[in-house]
Amino acid sequence: MSATCHDTQDHVELKPEFVAHADELISHYPVSKRSASLPLLHFWQETHGYISNQAVEWIAGKLGLNPIQILELVTFYPMFRQHPAGKFQIKVCRTLSCQLGGAYELREHFMKKLGITKVDEHGLGISADGKFSVEFVECLASCGTAPVIMVNDDFYEGVSHTQADELLQKYN
Amino acid sequence: MSCKNPFNHDITPADAPLLNVQVDGQWVQLPRGLNVVEAAKRVGKFIPHYCYHPKLSISGNCRMCLIEMGTPKMGPDRKPIIGADGKPEIGWIPRPQIGCATMISEGMGIRTDSPMVQDCRKGVMEFLLINHPLDCPICDQAGECKLQEFSVEYGNEDSRFVEQKVHKPKQVDIGERIVLDDERCIMCSRCIRFSREMVNDDVLGFTQRGSHTTLAVHPGKRLDNNYSLNTVDICPVGALTSKDFRFKMRVWFLKETKSICTGCATGCNILIGSRENVVHRLTPRENELVNSEWMCDQGRLGFHYIHAEERLLQPTARVNSTTLPVAWDDAFAQIRDRIKSYKPEQIAIIGSARMTNEELFLLAELRAGLGGNAVLTDVVPRTGEADGILRSADLNPNTAGAKLFQISNDGKNLAAIKDGIESGRIKVLYALHEDPVGDAGLSEFALAKLDLLITQKLLKSHSTDIAHFSLPGASFAEKRGSMINGAGRLQRLNKAIATPGQTMDDFEILLKLRSTITGGNSLHTIEEVFKAVAASIPALSGLSLSKVGDLGVEVAPAAATVTT
Ligand code: SF4
Ligand code: SF4
Ligand code: FES
Ligand code: FES
Repeated sequence: MSATCHDTQDHVELKPEFVAHADELISHYPVSKRSASLPLLHFWQETHGYISNQAVEWIAGKLGLNPIQILELVTFYPMFRQHPAGKFQIKVCRTLSCQLGGAYELREHFMKKLGITKVDEHGLGISADGKFSVEFVECLASCGTAPVIMVNDDFYEGVSHTQADELLQKYN
Repeated sequence: MSCKNPFNHDITPADAPLLNVQVDGQWVQLPRGLNVVEAAKRVGKFIPHYCYHPKLSISGNCRMCLIEMGTPKMGPDRKPIIGADGKPEIGWIPRPQIGCATMISEGMGIRTDSPMVQDCRKGVMEFLLINHPLDCPICDQAGECKLQEFSVEYGNEDSRFVEQKVHKPKQVDIGERIVLDDERCIMCSRCIRFSREMVNDDVLGFTQRGSHTTLAVHPGKRLDNNYSLNTVDICPVGALTSKDFRFKMRVWFLKETKSICTGCATGCNILIGSRENVVHRLTPRENELVNSEWMCDQGRLGFHYIHAEERLLQPTARVNSTTLPVAWDDAFAQIRDRIKSYKPEQIAIIGSARMTNEELFLLAELRAGLGGNAVLTDVVPRTGEADGILRSADLNPNTAGAKLFQISNDGKNLAAIKDGIESGRIKVLYALHEDPVGDAGLSEFALAKLDLLITQKLLKSHSTDIAHFSLPGASFAEKRGSMINGAGRLQRLNKAIATPGQTMDDFEILLKLRSTITGGNSLHTIEEVFKAVAASIPALSGLSLSKVGDLGVEVAPAAATVTT
């Protein structure tokens, strides 16, 4: 629950396309650049995987804000990560239908298979090789086919433990 | 207004139109532009509040200021319905509103103490205390904590909360002078808004969410600006405490004396908090014409020298190489006997723009008695950088006074004094509240050439060691008197603590020295001296110390032109 960013992170070189797209996002908010905070944070996380200290400071600088104003947002929303997740992110729905449909057991299965014992403040656990991360998410809007998961942007319904094992093979 | 506040919710323009408002059943007229908290205050009703501060933007997040309000009922003609008492009938809104963010309007009704309002306050207090630690006995804010005060006044007798309290960081070192206890923070955001709006040093913010919300300083940044300690003042609870003051003294033991800061020519109005002759803290005292409700950290913490170990506590006289304690009267008589044989050209005085008007006036009289203009005189100018908030570029508090009494020559005579001493032309030096070496730039070698060196200072130094007479004076907290700030405002110093040991109030030293050397003894008290001051300076005519009052008076600004 600490507010600090990780300082042992790698500094990333920003590609010109990244900067250009960020500028384009900012241009959507001509009245108050500050409104671009969330779009930029999402864009950064999509591109670089997590919100580093560099991200907080770069975005603040872009928007003429102080870094603390960005950090407030990053810590407010659990969907923003302050450290990397796995290369493949397994998101297990835990809302009611999926919960009844065995979501907790499914998550437990993934954790065991991947040898994950520790989770962070938002419940995200990462495999030792950094390849997979497992976390709970809220309703993925397919409640009739519980339990439902996503692996990165791919969607899987009615996932049995056998299917789970296959998925781990598939994304290797 | 000399202090640029981002907001002044408590001040309305003189020409603001008056509105008819009903407060707790009473119709009153109040200027447009006030919010309900301020409007109620003007009619003597206190609406408790945490996040609202009259000088900061309104965030409306604590909900402590909930009130009931209504607006005039309108008839079908869209005109207010007038009741039997000839006043508009009020349609009350059935739910509470926050007073801090509600502006008064024509015909508005306000209830500051109805059963609904009392209920709301109880509820808000209960919520605020859910996660608040019960550590008042070891909390520095105890005694001046709004959470304590409002608990007593508006809260509940007991707590219904049986769950686990949320734990948050304790003793967070967020700045050079400030410690944060996050569990005590009630998330009012006053400190954040102060840093952002007043000082433009936006390093504080809330991280996390809900009951885990945590006040934090951005990683790698610090709350270190020169106004940081004002956040400790405005923090309603014990979340932000001053490293300098914490655990030193329970606030209810402090005697508070109204005075002014002598750290620069702004002359911020202050309270000196002391107990049994020890000053424990300085806090700003509201004066909209000078410092509003703030002061800088440098001024606030710049008082510890009063109690320094090097403080001189005893007048001394040096014979050959032995320095011995001397009785005050003997010192005065010996000085008189020795100084008599020197011509005015052989005498120099280094005064100080840190002296009060009364002292400067007496020094000017003494100088006249010693030969007037032929006695080379000056003060030591001190310049820094104005910060556009409060601090003045002139770091002397009474440059204007030193000029008025012609003790100051803007430092231009210092070189001549130095030359005179080095060449042996000047044989006698009387230095008051400036160190001839450390401040005035004379060499130890030159000082050694003097026949007679008289120092009148607080702290021991090489100069006081070799002085023929060392007269220990009083600090700003140990004296009464007046000074004129950089904007030409005459303000009073008041005595918070007794002069320590054998030290003497400077005006008394000067008075006695003057009457011993030049005779004449019509003045005794500081009031009499001030009266004499006022009589001699047209800009001050008709004033007395009591007329100057706690907030000071503006005297001819021209008399107070400040060199920068
Ligand atoms: S630290 Fe004090 S001033 Fe700052 S938000 Fe918390 S309670 Fe308010
Ligand atoms: S601005 Fe000047 S007068 Fe005011 S507190 Fe600071 S040093 Fe003292
Ligand atoms: S509850 Fe899992 S998809 Fe809706
Ligand atoms: S004082 Fe009005 S909401 Fe805090």
